[in-house]
Amino acid sequence: MKIITANRLSDGVVVYLTANGWVSHIASASVLHAADAIEAGLAAAARAIANREVIDVAAIDVTLNESNHPVPVRLRERIRAYGPTVDYGEAARQRLAA
Amino acid sequence: MYRYDEFDREFVAARVDQFRDQVARRLDGELSEDEFKPLRLMNGVYLQLHAYMLRVAIPYGTLSGRQMRMLGHIARTYDRGYGHFTTRQNIQFNWPRLTDIPAILTELASVEMHAIQTSGNCIRNVTTDHFAGVARDEIADPRVYAEILRQWSSLHPEFTFLPRKFKIAITGAAHDRAAIQVHDIGLQLKRNDKGETGFAVYVGGGQGRTPMIAKLVRDFLPEQDLIAYTEAILRVYNLYGRRDNKYKARIKILVHETGIDELRKDIEAEFERIRDGVLHLPKADIEAIDSYFAPPQWRDLPDHSEKLEAARKADRAFDRWVANNVDEHRAPGHAIVTVSLKPVGGPPGDATARQLEVLADLGERYSHDELRISHEQNVILPHVAKDDLPALYEALKAEDLATGNAGLIGDIIACPGLDYCALANARSIPVAQRLSEHFEATGQEQEIGDLKIKISGCINACGHHHVGHIGILGVDRKGEEFYQITLGGSADEHTAIGEIVGPGFSADEVVGAVGKIVDTYLGLRQSREETFLDAWRRVGQQPFKEALYG
Ligand code: SF4
Repeated sequence: MKIITANRLSDGVVVYLTANGWVSHIASASVLHAADAIEAGLAAAARAIANREVIDVAAIDVTLNESNHPVPVRLRERIRAYGPTVDYGEAARQRLAA
Repeated sequence: MYRYDEFDREFVAARVDQFRDQVARRLDGELSEDEFKPLRLMNGVYLQLHAYMLRVAIPYGTLSGRQMRMLGHIARTYDRGYGHFTTRQNIQFNWPRLTDIPAILTELASVEMHAIQTSGNCIRNVTTDHFAGVARDEIADPRVYAEILRQWSSLHPEFTFLPRKFKIAITGAAHDRAAIQVHDIGLQLKRNDKGETGFAVYVGGGQGRTPMIAKLVRDFLPEQDLIAYTEAILRVYNLYGRRDNKYKARIKILVHETGIDELRKDIEAEFERIRDGVLHLPKADIEAIDSYFAPPQWRDLPDHSEKLEAARKADRAFDRWVANNVDEHRAPGHAIVTVSLKPVGGPPGDATARQLEVLADLGERYSHDELRISHEQNVILPHVAKDDLPALYEALKAEDLATGNAGLIGDIIACPGLDYCALANARSIPVAQRLSEHFEATGQEQEIGDLKIKISGCINACGHHHVGHIGILGVDRKGEEFYQITLGGSADEHTAIGEIVGPGFSADEVVGAVGKIVDTYLGLRQSREETFLDAWRRVGQQPFKEALYG
């Protein structure tokens, strides 16, 4: 079970492939089961690279959570999906000051 | 402080224009990613896990209040309100949009800053001792020579596409605060018997996958020959360096495989050929650069400050901060202040936009408009009158910048690790956070004394784990984060690569393991004066192994 991810060319934001293009929320990513579906997803991603929408494409392994949303198997991809596991900037400073 | 001349200004402005054009061509499809990537890397732009990352150079770690304020402005305007100082005296912004980067570079250029030589296979910006120009033990100001090397290397066509990146560090004193022996070239300023200034030259040090301590290639190099000799080393490297294998391309591998004696012959032969040519540095040129780094007009003060002593007696936290974060200055009545960016439980090396701006103000008010970034990821105020220390401390405290732990176990170096870095195997920051919380909770920090923990999220070793007294390396073991611990590393004039103590630890276990190592040290040291490193050198790994693995 895989989803297709990339970074958006213009701002680097992590994005996921859906039937209607790229979104930044992993929950909406199209979950691809069959080999030909994954191949078609990667072909769509290759077109998006050529159209200068995204860079750094990868098909990544996922499982489904209780809401049937994809969750990456690898920690690296979970961090890409949900952001750093540590707070930063003013949020970190306020936590420390409290 | 060094100011741009006309040439520098035009050069940087031209680079910004060129990059603006390259970004536009990338966005409208004229350049593919394969074509664009090396160009963006030449301008400090990486792609990390969540976004692009822009690495801005802070040459030899020195900057003015105006420049520091600009970093705050960029963090606030173009990023998520903070920046991260690195072990190479640079700052990284973790969230800029590619489309904004030309504007950011234009803003940086307005205060004589840029991102050149922060990435790519070139001579990277030269790092130095963060106490340069103010340390009591200094022979000469290393920034003068760092600037000479910058001017020579920035546009050098021969050295823009080296086999790999190339790092040079310079220390101004026999006590090495710049980790020179783990650099491709390490320079230690010294005087010969005749009182002339020059360098001991080390070559082939480095960390990463194959850590190596640099070898002494020349015991005394006269200062006038600095560029000729460096060029000779680079030429020999460029000729013989392994371009066929990324992992074998650093000069340390060449030194290791060829042997320093053989390589010295080649370097010296090339040096003899070019030393009297255009690369010979006239005394007047060195003096001209030296004048840019002339010390500010320090106040004429007695060395003893009543005001400081009274404040130390009245406030224990202030007293502790002075004991740990304040160092001796060359000028009587003055001090060097380390502002720790390692609050207990905080991400090491980060500063918010507001903190950057406040530091800019404090640098202007209390430190003759000068600030430094240390490779230990802290900010230095190099010229503070001792009388001003109580007021400075209060101002820092109001901004959560008064952590009194410089040089102690909580002053941890950590790379961004898997929370940000595309190359990482494991997280570094949460480990650093939990360690500093642990030692705060046990109340052992002061008792432990001088102990440096350094953490890297992968074998590239940006967190300098190989030279940590306790080094921690994040590895990926079947999809799980694991941490390998090394002991006995050191990055000063007695540089040593840490030795692996045994099998690694899970993320849950690693803090407890470091706790056991520290307790073992406290139990076996002969006195409070025997530091962790001294004790480790005396007893070796065995007692620590026993404590960890039984
Ligand atoms: S050591 Fe590895 S994980 Fe850490 S910043 Fe360097 S490349 Fe990234």
